[in-house]
Amino acid sequence: MTAVAPTVRTAPVAGLGFTLEGLSLGYGRELVVREVDLRIVPGEVLVVVGASGSGKSTLLRALAGLLPPAGGVVRADGAEVTGTSAERAMVFQDDGLLPWRSVLRNIELPLRIRKVGRRERTAAARDWIQRVGLDGAEDKLPRELSGGMRQRVQLARALVAAPRAVLMDEPFGALDAQTRAQMQRLLLDVLRDTQATVVFVTHDVDEALLLADRVAVLGGHGVRAVFDVRGTGEHPHAELRDKILKEL
Amino acid sequence: MTRRMTRRWVLRAASVLAAAGLWQVLTAADVRLWLRFDRLPTLDEIAGEAVRQLATPVFALDLLQSLIRILTGFGLATIAGIVAGVALGRSARTRDVLLPLLEAVRPIPAIALVPVAILLFPTDEQGIVFITFVAAFFPILVSTRHAVRALPTLWEDAVRTLGGRRLHVLWHVVLPGILPGVFGGLSVGMGVSWICVISAEMISGEFGVGYRTWQAYTLVDYPGVIVGMVTIGLLGWLTSAVVELAGRRATRWLPRAQGGMS
Repeated sequence: MTAVAPTVRTAPVAGLGFTLEGLSLGYGRELVVREVDLRIVPGEVLVVVGASGSGKSTLLRALAGLLPPAGGVVRADGAEVTGTSAERAMVFQDDGLLPWRSVLRNIELPLRIRKVGRRERTAAARDWIQRVGLDGAEDKLPRELSGGMRQRVQLARALVAAPRAVLMDEPFGALDAQTRAQMQRLLLDVLRDTQATVVFVTHDVDEALLLADRVAVLGGHGVRAVFDVRGTGEHPHAELRDKILKEL
Repeated sequence: MTRRMTRRWVLRAASVLAAAGLWQVLTAADVRLWLRFDRLPTLDEIAGEAVRQLATPVFALDLLQSLIRILTGFGLATIAGIVAGVALGRSARTRDVLLPLLEAVRPIPAIALVPVAILLFPTDEQGIVFITFVAAFFPILVSTRHAVRALPTLWEDAVRTLGGRRLHVLWHVVLPGILPGVFGGLSVGMGVSWICVISAEMISGEFGVGYRTWQAYTLVDYPGVIVGMVTIGLLGWLTSAVVELAGRRATRWLPRAQGGMS
């Protein structure tokens, strides 16, 4: 119990870099995203904003390897993405937890899949339960949790196996404003300790500015603009906000 | 809560007692109002016969025999039905190979297979188990297949992005996720299993509750017939209750289980 927890917790793995080359995506014959070129830098937090139907989630699914491209390629560290991988964990908007598994067993799952021993994975999961502020809820089922708590579990589950990229699909979209603010703070807190690349989809520009290193605006079947958020103070933020809203 | 529960139990008992009382009135008075109750045994005759039978080893032997048959057939059908249902739900190839065949066999009532079973199997015993198996197999298969197709893809996506492969998805998502649907099929399957095991025992076999009931009829032992039927009813009820209970325990995670109402 003593020596095992840190093995998963530390061991900072380098973030994954993505390259999108002429990427077209869609379901059936209809293309949602057409010939997009984009680089996602290792370790950055890229927030993708766009109106509903602009293809934000579709893009994320392609990065995860859940949706094969209709054209072009997605590369992760130079290798073409052809399927899902434990290196690219995903956090869904809601109901991504397995309802028959307790909080602890949900968080353990990625480690179980990796055949990590029982004691080691329980220790790692307990550590994460504490980090996301879920002490005492280990044995609760997802249906007994509030929306915010469920997203805490998803966050812990996504990060427990130290993935190199975390793909988040409007993870706080279904939460009330106060819970949402709490979760944003928690996310910033947790991400400080990892080097994982984060791609975060939202339609909330303020959320984007709070979390992002860079913001990509999606619309009209492609990437309209990419803004650098780092190093901008309070005043330019407002300016940036206007620019992003204009692109939307 | 406890007072309400007591009242509900009183009501349940009263319902059964009222039905028994009506039977007693109709048979004791030898009522003939188009329906003829004069040749049916009264409650005390039935009770006397039941007490007499309970003391004989044959009764216990029959009971055991029927239970072994049904549990074997039903158990095999559970395994085969779930495996086939999952395969059909997940693989288009399996659907192409198996579905036409299964759909053609499915409408045949299991009891109509008795002649085939007698010809096919070396012993009557195996034939009866086979009939029971076929009866339970199809409801379990169909409910499993539908449950697989109704699974939200989100859970599968989640497990796959956590590094899960085909077998992980099967073990961690499909099997637990289909349980609520499968248990519906198990309940139906248990019911038809009883119908078929009793019918098959009436046609062939040298032991079993169904055989004994039919024998009582041919020997003009009407109280014996009723004792046999009550026995079948109670056994069916008991086994269905076990399936129901197991189902509730296995699907506690369902949202509706929260209130604890039945």
